[in-house]
Amino acid sequence: MQSTTQTVSHPVAHAEHHEEGNFWSKYIFSTDHKIIGIQYGFTALCFLFFGFCLMLLMRWQIAHPGKPVPLVGPLLESMLGEGMAAKGIVSPDLYNAFGAMHGTIMVFLAIVPLAFAAFGNYLVPLQIGAPDMAFPRVNMASYQCYVLGGVVMFFSFFIPGGAAQAGWTSYPPLAVAVPTDGQTFWLIGMVLLITSSLLGAVNFIATVIQMRAPGMTWMRLPFFVWAQFVTAFLLLLAFPPLEAAGIMQLMDKVAHTSFFLPTGLAVGGNLAQISGGGSPLLWQHLFWFLAHPEVYVLILPAMGIVSEIIANNTRKPLWGYKSLVYSILTIGFLSFIVWAHHMYLTGMGTRIATFFQTTTMIISIQSVIILTCMFISLWGGSIRFNTPMLFVMAFLPMFGIGGLTGLPLGFSYSDLHLHDTYYVIAHFHYIVAPGTIFALFAGVYFWFPKMTGRMMNEFWGKVHFWSSLIFMNLIFQPMFGQGMAGMLRRMADGGANYSTAKTPDAIGGLSAQLMGMHTYILWAAVGLGLSQIPFIINVFWSMRHGKIPESDNPWQSTTLEWQTPTPPPHGNFATVPQVHRGPYEYSVPGAAADFTPQNAPA
Amino acid sequence: MEIPYTVEARPDTGLYNAKVGIWLFLASEVMLFGALFSSYILLRVNMPEGYWPHGWLNIPVGTVNTLVLITSSITTVMAWAACKMNQFGRFKFFHACTLLLAMTFVGIKSYEYHDKFTHFELRLADGKIADGHLHEKSPDFDLSKKTGHLVLAHAHVVDIVGKSGDELKKELNKIYDLRSEDAREVKHEELKFDAAQITKMERYGPWHHTYLAIYFTLTGLHALHVIGGAIVIGYLWGPGSKMWQRNSEQFANRIEVSGLFWHFVDLVWIFLFPVLYLL
Repeated sequence: MQSTTQTVSHPVAHAEHHEEGNFWSKYIFSTDHKIIGIQYGFTALCFLFFGFCLMLLMRWQIAHPGKPVPLVGPLLESMLGEGMAAKGIVSPDLYNAFGAMHGTIMVFLAIVPLAFAAFGNYLVPLQIGAPDMAFPRVNMASYQCYVLGGVVMFFSFFIPGGAAQAGWTSYPPLAVAVPTDGQTFWLIGMVLLITSSLLGAVNFIATVIQMRAPGMTWMRLPFFVWAQFVTAFLLLLAFPPLEAAGIMQLMDKVAHTSFFLPTGLAVGGNLAQISGGGSPLLWQHLFWFLAHPEVYVLILPAMGIVSEIIANNTRKPLWGYKSLVYSILTIGFLSFIVWAHHMYLTGMGTRIATFFQTTTMIISIQSVIILTCMFISLWGGSIRFNTPMLFVMAFLPMFGIGGLTGLPLGFSYSDLHLHDTYYVIAHFHYIVAPGTIFALFAGVYFWFPKMTGRMMNEFWGKVHFWSSLIFMNLIFQPMFGQGMAGMLRRMADGGANYSTAKTPDAIGGLSAQLMGMHTYILWAAVGLGLSQIPFIINVFWSMRHGKIPESDNPWQSTTLEWQTPTPPPHGNFATVPQVHRGPYEYSVPGAAADFTPQNAPA
Repeated sequence: MEIPYTVEARPDTGLYNAKVGIWLFLASEVMLFGALFSSYILLRVNMPEGYWPHGWLNIPVGTVNTLVLITSSITTVMAWAACKMNQFGRFKFFHACTLLLAMTFVGIKSYEYHDKFTHFELRLADGKIADGHLHEKSPDFDLSKKTGHLVLAHAHVVDIVGKSGDELKKELNKIYDLRSEDAREVKHEELKFDAAQITKMERYGPWHHTYLAIYFTLTGLHALHVIGGAIVIGYLWGPGSKMWQRNSEQFANRIEVSGLFWHFVDLVWIFLFPVLYLL
């Protein structure tokens, strides 16, 4: 909280725009969508960094199993106890906890809050010409639930037995059988996070439906708004089944029911004292019914950000606006009927597998349409290669790699080999890390001048970009090879037990070369961590010392958020804007400038 | 700063903000309860034949509760109509009825819960199963020390040891299918058991059977919705009704929106009743 206030209280010419009120009502219990957006953004960036640190510890353990962690080893031992990190060595239990919490934190506490809640909150009301969200107090409650959920998740590390250890997917019976309260904390945290995104989703949809400025018809909405609109529907309708599943697992854990525990379950060699009759598969269905749409929750807002920046920096209308809109609507619908492609190996039967394989292939068509539209948008443009555009230019091929490597996982036959290997890790990290996170970085660089009234430093932005791009690829590219060679994920020793070094005669043992890649990946991950230093310094330094742009619209953009004072005051627009045209009127022949704002008189 | 369309409807959508919000919220509620109903179906289909219970709940009591909720939905509409017709006194009366009916529902529901939590299944040392409501326990009763005794009222004993086929089904029916001929033939009486006789005793709580697990989860979640709705309606009936003087239109909107939620809660029960009591 302390630091949240730092990000918003210092920027120039900020305070006088805001309504009178004390520090608490202005910055902590604010109902202004822009402050809430920045709160979300700052908190989510902190969790992003925390989740990254968990990953570094895991990569150390994978590369050097059983060796004490350098630098932070003693700290781990003193904070988490000897049972978890004796002599600074990450125990297998702790490794499992880190794995489960890395996934949970990155998905539910970092990327979704950043992509959907932070950018969406700040920009959607501005882009549709609204004074605020439809329900400002609900908006505040949404952020508070999120913080509470984050606190519960974070503190679960310090309870006896540590945090949840059954993966971010929390498959029962394992999740219920692990004898710690970490899983209970995880479930309570998830219920709070689900409540938060439910409140947010209702608010976003109602805002887009009800609060559009006069003249802002549906087909004049910036593509970013469409992306957020569809994302909100995914959150609204996909999260409740996970909430139901979470309640049932909580009952299994606390009230000793058997929703997900089958008859005859043995734990630790003994027959469990349960009534039985439950179904572990039921959890997987309910979990993936959320978690597949969740994948699109991770990527759609990123696509929205990318499309805004492409149109602005190519100085051309976005190619195929209508195709983009219909594609994203179709993705939203189809994402509800592809979930079981995560479950080919559960023995649910070939017919069901065929159905889900078919829908999975169909949904890839829209993703290709969207990516193609974005590539064609570059065609013939006189492109401005500023930092946000560089990140966007990297997003396109990186998302392409991530998407195309997903196809072999969508086919049940090839998935049998690749399932649960490092190939899967590489695939979805290519989507989320150099995909979504790059788009989010682009968004930060792009909208920073609107939020603070100062530009970020271009040189250090480029250093941040090039080093991140190189290290991202060095981390994830080798994992494709490791996975195809059969290296499984979720192994605390990185697969050392299955290496040819340990059992030279084993068929299909992991070669020294494959095991050696772990070391390269570790150093690439450290390099990626170091590459974020220029970004962090750049954000804080630019807030006070960045170049002040000459106008409220430094990128010469058409959309409404740039037609406000900088930073926008509480209530956003001095007068209600009247919208006269679509969102991407760049380089219109005969126009006075190479951009015509949406609200410029006809 | 003024948020538009908080009271009056937006011309092109014909809705005020809160109405859009509550419908979206209800859509997510449909998914929440939908997932639980789907789970019910899957768990029931997965259960080996003869082990899914029938007739464990009291249908007349459930019917009364159904009527109570339906009536409360009617009074909710009447309360909203009274607001629209500018009759504040009528509104007060009808929503007082709604609140009383909500409390009646929760009262009857807790009676049903109490009935389940005093219902025991005992596993006896000779392998037989005793089933009945706990009537009294001797002061020195302790299962682990094997001291004392207890008395079950309205109890009977079932013997499944060494039985199979139709014979086993006949015995299982006495526990699981209380509507079957076999169960109706059973004579219930007061039975006394020494602690030494008992190897395991378990209440009819959610841990006892997967049917009870989903029963308690669904009805518990529903009851939380009833209580939450009653708190909101109670607030609007009491301190919140001051808004009537200031802005009667906005107040009527609030009654409408909370009423929509209340109808949804009613609707969920309309599904719960047949699924849990009748089928």
